[in-house]
Amino acid sequence: MKNSRKPSHFLCKLNTQYFSRLKWQIGGDNLFKIIGALFASSILLLLGLMVYELINGSWLSIQTFGSGFLIGTKWDPAISRVFGALPLILGTIVTSAIALLIGVPISLGISLALSEYMPKKFGFAISFLVELLAAVPSVIYGLWGIFVLIPFLRDHVYSRLQALFGFVPAFSGSIYGGGVLTGGIVLAIMIIPTVSSVMRDLFSAVPNSQREAMIALGATKWETVKTVISYARSGVIGAVILGLGRAVGETMAITMVIGNKFQVWPSSLFDAWYTMSAIIANELLEATYDLYVSALMNVALVLLFVTLVINILSRLIVWRTLKLVRGISKE
Amino acid sequence: MRTIYKIAIPIIVVAIIAAGAFAYQNSLSMRIITLNGAGATFPFPLIDKWAAEYHKIKPNVQVNYQSIGSGGGIQQHTEKTVHFAASDAPLTDAQAGKAPNTLHIPITIGGVVPIYNIPGVQKGLKFTGEILVDIYLGKIAKWNDSKLVAVNPDVSLPDQQIVVVRRSDGSGTTFIWTSYLSTVSLEWKETVGRGTSVNWPVGLGGRGNEGVAALVQQTPYSIGYVEFTYAKKNNITYGYVQNAAGEFIEPSIESFAKAAEYAAVTLPRGDESWSKVSIIDSLASNTQARGAYPITSFSYILVYKELNVLPSMDEATARALVEFLWWVVHDGQSYASDLYYVPLPPSVVAHNEATIRLITYNGQQLLK
Repeated sequence: MKNSRKPSHFLCKLNTQYFSRLKWQIGGDNLFKIIGALFASSILLLLGLMVYELINGSWLSIQTFGSGFLIGTKWDPAISRVFGALPLILGTIVTSAIALLIGVPISLGISLALSEYMPKKFGFAISFLVELLAAVPSVIYGLWGIFVLIPFLRDHVYSRLQALFGFVPAFSGSIYGGGVLTGGIVLAIMIIPTVSSVMRDLFSAVPNSQREAMIALGATKWETVKTVISYARSGVIGAVILGLGRAVGETMAITMVIGNKFQVWPSSLFDAWYTMSAIIANELLEATYDLYVSALMNVALVLLFVTLVINILSRLIVWRTLKLVRGISKE
Repeated sequence: MRTIYKIAIPIIVVAIIAAGAFAYQNSLSMRIITLNGAGATFPFPLIDKWAAEYHKIKPNVQVNYQSIGSGGGIQQHTEKTVHFAASDAPLTDAQAGKAPNTLHIPITIGGVVPIYNIPGVQKGLKFTGEILVDIYLGKIAKWNDSKLVAVNPDVSLPDQQIVVVRRSDGSGTTFIWTSYLSTVSLEWKETVGRGTSVNWPVGLGGRGNEGVAALVQQTPYSIGYVEFTYAKKNNITYGYVQNAAGEFIEPSIESFAKAAEYAAVTLPRGDESWSKVSIIDSLASNTQARGAYPITSFSYILVYKELNVLPSMDEATARALVEFLWWVVHDGQSYASDLYYVPLPPSVVAHNEATIRLITYNGQQLLK
């Protein structure tokens, strides 16, 4: 037992530093610390292995096409075996942008209503339902998209849109039901729970003293709300980027409604298109030769990189705002 | 020291339980043999049915089949991680090079049918290969095109744009469909080609048979293609296709079996290269093949000729596998029709018997 008083291991050192009066023993605290650290580092290990595996898997494609993969516009697995991802990248960006255009204003409305206008109890029920939407599996959104949303949009919405705005190229062309706009709408519905619940938390974190001060100065409710929004502004941007991350990575639902047509640019919002995640889900199972698999891996690598950047960005912004808000509310 | 006991005792208990479970599992595996298979999704319902029925006859044999797609099945076969694989296409020469001494056993027959949704037009619209190629190349854009009207004189075809629908996911169905279009048209063969997914010139992509069927059923004036079993089970309107003998053939279990019979004449031995085997190709030039539906294909089980190359194989498992395969090509075929699969014609069954007899374990023939 004498030896244990002279710590040699770094963990022991830490222990004696913080609890110098306590006798060192390999007790629950230390064991838990080690196990916890192991579990935590397993995430790093997992991500590291994933990146390694993706780079390894796409190496053949990177060697063959180089950076030309990012600007290539041909995807021909049968004859010339040439692969390029530009249409997929564009498709992913545009559908996600449409999702944000539709989803963010709605999310803003939901979260403001919940935090500023509605009675607490009622607001709780609504926010519970909104968050329930996030738990619905995406394949269900896809099926609902195929069997409910697409026929409805085609018969009642798109034809009217075309009658009104048909002179604009974006609203011309034939209407299939599925396509870019439908994909964007489904994605919008899927990001609303995430975006609105983050926004609601942000607005609730705005100190009441700010609202009281505004009202004391004679501001109307609407003016107060505007202040609340501007107070949480950068956090709102973070929430939007978080939603963007979800939209970019979404696979099943978008695959089922976007029409999966490989082309650089669709002729209209009603035309079919393709996204990065959709082509992986569609083609990986029956990819029959090495370069084909490698090209799909390469798409996955690009996708991982894009989502990684989006996530880091949103985290940074959200953290900064929360810190700012907390700092002020303590004063 | 008490803390040490507190930790040590649960660990010891867990270790004892785990060891006990392993021992139990070992004692079980003495009696139960599991045959692991993976591959094509098309024959999955049939193989699943076989697994259940065979388990009733031989309670100690459990067949475990994962429908992960032909590509995945071939990969697992090459990596020797499954006892058998299923594929909708025979191994190409490159694939066979990586998995030498693979036997091909046709287990069932599938056909791909054109489906369409034209309000007012019933089942049985007639298509020639040339018309299907032109529609899928975008050259025939309207339903009242003169070529379509010429072969369907008694149908009133509308003046409407054709909405072309095809599979978006890689699939054996697409392979069969594009193989057929390639045999019909040199232009198709050279610009689009055959494959589990191809660079489609036109059309919307639906995911899976169900995705294509849903798109076609919801979109007026559309055309698509699905497995016959799927069209039949879901009561989807399908068309007839002209064969090389000039007849317009209704897709049916009989016309698929006919097609397989004509092709069976030229089948290679089980251990030879099957890369050129294609009912579609052999029918394309056979002007005598009356009654045969032209877009027909075998679905295969792939096994190694010498089973000891598989690390997880022992003699009892090898014997069980061979007996299962023998049952599949004989008694198992009687379950096919109920599920809208095509039972193998006798000539193909006889061919399979010879192939199954080739299977050995440590050089010993397993079935005499």
